[in-house]
Amino acid sequence: MPASTVSDATFAREVLRSRIPVLVEFFAKRGTQRKAAAPTLDEVAQDLQGKVKVAKLDVDRNPAVRSDYEIYSMPTLILFKNGKPAARRTGMLSVKELEGWISSELMLALAQQTVPAERRAVDFELSNGMVLVVIPDHRAPVVTHMICYRVGAADEPQGASGISHFLGHLMWKSTGNFAAGDFSKIILALGGQHSAFADADITCFVERISVDHLETVMKMEADRMVHLRLTHQEVDQERQVIIEERRTVSDNNPDMLLEEQMKAVLYLSHPYATPISGWPEELAGLSRDDAVDFYRRHYAPNNAVLVVSGDVSPERVRQAAEETYGTIPARPEVERRGRTPKPLYIAARRVTLSHPRAGNATFRRDYLVPSYVNAKPGEVEALELLAKMLGQSSSGRLHSQLVVKTKSAASTRCYLRNTMADFGALSLHVVSSSGGLGRVEADVDEVLEEIRLGGVTEQELARAKKSLIANYIFEANNQERLVRRYGSFIAIGRTIDQLESWPAAVAGVTAGDVKKVANEYLDARRSATGWLLREGDDSDGGENAIS
Amino acid sequence: MNIQTVTSPGGIEAWLVEDHADPMLALRFAFDGGSSQVPAAKEGLANFTTIALGCSAGDFTAMEFRERIEDLAIHLHFNPRRDVVVGLLESLTESRDEAAELLKLALTQPRFDADTVERTRQRLFAFLASSERNPYHVASGQWNAVAFPGHAYSHRVAGNSASIAQISAADLSGYCSRLFAKDGLKVVAVGDVTAEQLGALVDNVFGNLPAHGDYVSVAKVGVALGAGETVIDMDVARAVMVFGMEATPRKDPDFMSAYVLNQIVGGDGSSSRLMQEICYKRGLAHSVKTEIKAGRYASCLKGSVATRGDTAGRLLDIVREELEKMAGGDISQAELDNAKHYLIGSYPLKFNANTKIAEQLLELWIDGFGADYFYSRNAMVKAITLDNLKRVAKRLLKPENLVVTIAGRPNLHQVRTSNVGRAVGAGREP
Repeated sequence: MPASTVSDATFAREVLRSRIPVLVEFFAKRGTQRKAAAPTLDEVAQDLQGKVKVAKLDVDRNPAVRSDYEIYSMPTLILFKNGKPAARRTGMLSVKELEGWISSELMLALAQQTVPAERRAVDFELSNGMVLVVIPDHRAPVVTHMICYRVGAADEPQGASGISHFLGHLMWKSTGNFAAGDFSKIILALGGQHSAFADADITCFVERISVDHLETVMKMEADRMVHLRLTHQEVDQERQVIIEERRTVSDNNPDMLLEEQMKAVLYLSHPYATPISGWPEELAGLSRDDAVDFYRRHYAPNNAVLVVSGDVSPERVRQAAEETYGTIPARPEVERRGRTPKPLYIAARRVTLSHPRAGNATFRRDYLVPSYVNAKPGEVEALELLAKMLGQSSSGRLHSQLVVKTKSAASTRCYLRNTMADFGALSLHVVSSSGGLGRVEADVDEVLEEIRLGGVTEQELARAKKSLIANYIFEANNQERLVRRYGSFIAIGRTIDQLESWPAAVAGVTAGDVKKVANEYLDARRSATGWLLREGDDSDGGENAIS
Repeated sequence: MNIQTVTSPGGIEAWLVEDHADPMLALRFAFDGGSSQVPAAKEGLANFTTIALGCSAGDFTAMEFRERIEDLAIHLHFNPRRDVVVGLLESLTESRDEAAELLKLALTQPRFDADTVERTRQRLFAFLASSERNPYHVASGQWNAVAFPGHAYSHRVAGNSASIAQISAADLSGYCSRLFAKDGLKVVAVGDVTAEQLGALVDNVFGNLPAHGDYVSVAKVGVALGAGETVIDMDVARAVMVFGMEATPRKDPDFMSAYVLNQIVGGDGSSSRLMQEICYKRGLAHSVKTEIKAGRYASCLKGSVATRGDTAGRLLDIVREELEKMAGGDISQAELDNAKHYLIGSYPLKFNANTKIAEQLLELWIDGFGADYFYSRNAMVKAITLDNLKRVAKRLLKPENLVVTIAGRPNLHQVRTSNVGRAVGAGREP
């Protein structure tokens, strides 16, 4: 169905009151541009039928609308949504460009809709410096409580790798007020759940529990923040546990071992090179003094962010927090990050790991990119979109090229690691099918070069934006995922405003922005490449595949 | 939380929880059907059908259908069970209409092209091959075969290699036309939608389905008595034992007592009787759990545990001893209080996301309850007394009726009866 014609008389009914968006082309009959534009508009009308209405208005015959919208240049295109102009441009576009522009602008309109007028989260600080974020959610009488300490593996002293994760384990042991294991027992007995994780820059503890028990949780978390006894017996016993954990989880897992080796060469002298679980040879040497020292240096209210979401009011949370966390004095000597300056990365790094239990040969590539904390506005968002366009399961570039076309891969993944303060990392992960890793690497490099040279299409970009924003919304609806998002990002230094305006920032990324970051950051000097082969395989994985 | 019951203009009933905080919708629905509606020769048909359903529909090829789902950034899945096939559609508000169209297409115009059918078949063979090597799947599947011989509940939802080999595109279409019908449909919606919008959506998606399904009647059945122990020989580091007995039907007045009893016997948290006696006191296993599986045609209290072959016999003896003690009244007020406390405290945790709320409400509806059950559930748990509990323990916990299947190489020579042999239907002929 072709583009329809509207006039001063029909404009309100056909355009302003339309339930779907309307693209209006304002034209003037004089000049040759008009003839060229008509087929484009009709084709777009056909393609977007049912989703976007397409109309044209002759400005010479319809002075009222012309003056309402101050149309001077021809042709002018305005995209109307819910009766208002959502976007506007002038000039001639091809069908593809026009549809891409419409897609992006509608996505932006959506994003602005998803960002609520009032802030979702309320934040305040206790007098001892502890930061609190509260997000009310009255769907059910449940609460999610997450405390994030601004300390992680990257803050460990030289030679004591693993101490941060070790201390995370020791947090479940005795304090002056509770016996070892009580914390967990009490939470579980109340029907709650708890989890914890240690990362490079943060260490976090999460509880989900009936809202009635919020104050109990706070009391216990506040207690273990500063009152751990860290007895010799507890330290010795738990050291064995973390050594055993390393053996079971990492040392038995060729993929994890490769990942560790890649991190070491990707970051070189930067502390992110250290495994979170510590280097195995250093674990036996972790002493009680190391633990006490690390605990005193970093665990304090003025080094913590608390996020609470659930059937609570901010007032109730503040009150409960004052009565528990608020009684702990700030530790002025708490060390804030004093990291080593970033190394210069001047050479592409490579590691190859042969392991008896490796499956099909696996290829990995990581690129160092900026973090949300130190990037220019919009850069990391562009990188997120790039990762999405590379790694999307059906329509991503890697899948299309390596799984469907050349068939060098059984599966492909690409994601952005974005929860660290000093760097981000764009990671590619490919499991080969039968052709060997040389072939996989060549195919991957070709895909990346195509993007560097040719950029991405508007359609790909719109799809990636939609996917990222949809994930953001689905995630926001899950109370625990929402809390983890706020906690992890605020603890590394992002602000609530940045978090809540993220969809709009994503929507505002252009194809040009993506091409720019691809060229700047997909640079071999910023990269580490890893090959995982089965031990005994002297080829590049091609001969030993399970196809 | 406000749960509305909505009837669409076309007469389809739906439960709705409106939540406009996020512009998304979680839709969960169930059709009567599943593995119990499928004949033995076609074991696995419901599962085969639902996998193939997610592949292509209408004018879309498999690739196009998947890409469309990706383009809209929606989630669309089906999950076959014994009594029902459950579906999930999750979408942003702005894509809701298109998402509904895709679901409608999948249900009303499924495409069972030769390549989709073959690809799904191969996928199932691969799954069955790996399932045969999984001691938990083996023990669990065999438990159903021994507990419900000759009944639809003895069928494996995923089927077996022989039956999967024979399923045709006609069988798949046959399943759809028989068992996607409005009289077996339940729909729950949680999210950014009004009652009016939901009514229009369900009429659009489900309105053209046949009014009535073609159901076979399935008898209610108890757990077979005297089935004893069955061992399926497998060379595994840890033997997996599945044990169970008959429990109360879901709507039996004693169900809630049985539910609380199960919490004491082997429920979540860390202080169940079996966890204490088997894991903490004697170190015979890392963990042991029990649950009540209350289906439409049978209900049982079932548990599973992994243990070293040489301690399996001892472990089984302890399970029997504890059940016997509890049947005789050995249950303390403290155990009851802890169980109630846990069950009441953990209930709200299931409701902290729209998809989870939809899931919980759909389960209530499938079990035959109304939306108001949610509001009274905790009070029902609270009302259970020690007398109720002891009476129900005596009624249910009969260790001599315990059906046990073990995948592994257990040492059972302390055990009173045992049937050692190859499992029925476990894989292809060599």
